[in-house]
Amino acid sequence: MTDLTKLTMAEARDGLKKKSFSALELTDAFIASIEKGNSALNAFVLSTPEHARAQAKASDQRIGEGKARPLEGLPIGNKDLFCTNGIRTTACSKILGDFKPPYESTVGQNLWDAGAIMLGKLNNDEFAMGSSNETSAFGNVVSPWRRKGPDGKITTDKLVPGGSSGGSSAAVAAHLCLAATATDTGGSIRQPAALTGTVGIKPTYGRCSRWGIVAFASSLDQAGPITKTVRDSAMMLKAMASHDPKDTTSVDAPVPDYEAALSKGVKGLRVGIPKEYRVDGMSAEIQKLWDDGISWLKAAGATIHEISLPHTKYALPAYYIVAPAECSSNLARYDGMRYGLRVNGDDLIDTYENTRAAGFGKEVRRRILIGTYVLSAGYYDAYYLKAQKVRTLIKRDFDEAWNSVDVVLTPTTPSPAFAFGEKSGDPLAMYLEDIFTVTVNMAGLPGMSVPAGLSSQGTPLGLQLIGKPFDEETLFRTAQVIEDAAGRFPVPDAWWMKG
Amino acid sequence: MQVDEATVRRIARLARIKVSDEEAKGLEKELSGILDWVKQLDDVDTSAVEPMTRVVEQKLKMRDDVVTDGEIADQVTANAPMSEDNFFVVPKVVE
Repeated sequence: MTDLTKLTMAEARDGLKKKSFSALELTDAFIASIEKGNSALNAFVLSTPEHARAQAKASDQRIGEGKARPLEGLPIGNKDLFCTNGIRTTACSKILGDFKPPYESTVGQNLWDAGAIMLGKLNNDEFAMGSSNETSAFGNVVSPWRRKGPDGKITTDKLVPGGSSGGSSAAVAAHLCLAATATDTGGSIRQPAALTGTVGIKPTYGRCSRWGIVAFASSLDQAGPITKTVRDSAMMLKAMASHDPKDTTSVDAPVPDYEAALSKGVKGLRVGIPKEYRVDGMSAEIQKLWDDGISWLKAAGATIHEISLPHTKYALPAYYIVAPAECSSNLARYDGMRYGLRVNGDDLIDTYENTRAAGFGKEVRRRILIGTYVLSAGYYDAYYLKAQKVRTLIKRDFDEAWNSVDVVLTPTTPSPAFAFGEKSGDPLAMYLEDIFTVTVNMAGLPGMSVPAGLSSQGTPLGLQLIGKPFDEETLFRTAQVIEDAAGRFPVPDAWWMKG
Repeated sequence: MQVDEATVRRIARLARIKVSDEEAKGLEKELSGILDWVKQLDDVDTSAVEPMTRVVEQKLKMRDDVVTDGEIADQVTANAPMSEDNFFVVPKVVE
């Protein structure tokens, strides 16, 4: 029998349909992989095998009765930012302690209602603040990828899986689940997908409900999937997206059949290449990757147009005002009174201060302080209001671009995966990881990362597609063309399964 | 923009986060660095620009003014660090 964990989600769906294997067999294969491989990767922070088996048995029954739903019997991982009813949810922060929500996130509920099976909760940067998964209270996630040294031999350097959805990207790349939920505030789906050879889409703001997802920066946060293929991504997003009365920013619009868009091709599609993304010091291999993407789309019948997004360089500094400001407001709720950690002090304020000092990690404290500063009396106009005005200009750049192009193509990240500690000492160096992705959140647009090649170190690189609001379909069909041309990038050696 | 130690302490107090003397020193440098870097936004002329309020144009949704939830005090207090008879137990607030 073939290794069931190596299947794509679409292949697993077909196998279940043909009754080549049962949902329970499939689920057990993943449970075994997690038991064997997770200790080396630390992708799952909580494994829920009994829960998964119970769901799998119910799925097998439905399949037997001919009542299979779109994701029936397909095992996935759930980022620990998504609240799970009665199952520990921590956002990978000490401050949530052993929090067990008495409710399920809307996106999670949509997935379970579509028949998906939850294998467990996935590691992430604390409160999704980070680009390397190094800020998690549960420790680093190790990427399943290993890089070549200068002598061309594979090293054992521990590489980051990207962040904040580092557990999601590592688990999918390492075949510990078929697909995973993730969230993206400044690049947290697309950057980890790019660094692990997986596909990640951040849909348009409002496409997925934010209800029941631990909030970081509410005007930027959006849920999406990380998957092995473009088709799997279409399957997952279709199930995750919905209109939700419980989230006022959720949009009441029909969710298209994204899988149907995959075969439409890009003939006649106008692809924009923003000249501002050719940043100083861009490496030759990233430049080549981008040129390859252009050639593939051209060969498939698309036309290529240089465009200008003049305010690109201001997106990252504006983001680092808006995101910390919203984070400082959102995280004010963690006061040690109603749930999570409490560290007693001399009086109420002392208790608050002790609790928040002990409960939040260094990067989260840093961002809360920045956010508090930029929102404090006398500074609000100079920082927050200014950043929101710049945001209007960033969005306007894209609005104008859509007059002449249908989709924008850029690299996802400025460089391949790095090793632990290489960037964690310098917050600004880490923030630059999001330089190509953050504009998309600032403008609320859909963005997708597709694996497109390998670096000179033998590690994956991704291309990013940016679309018009609610036009995820164009991203899917363009991404399919790139995937068809570039091929897929599985991890060459499953070292984490060797104990 | 230079953030001095007094400012770090004032912000930390506002944010209700205790910082040690050593941390305060490190934060002076880090916060100054980040705030200096974001000041490049001053290069952008925004005198005639409205601040963004939402990324997707949308009419604010209304819902029926009815009770949709409640009577779950046990669930609400289930995760509390301290609770008694479905009430949160907190440090003394009023002297």
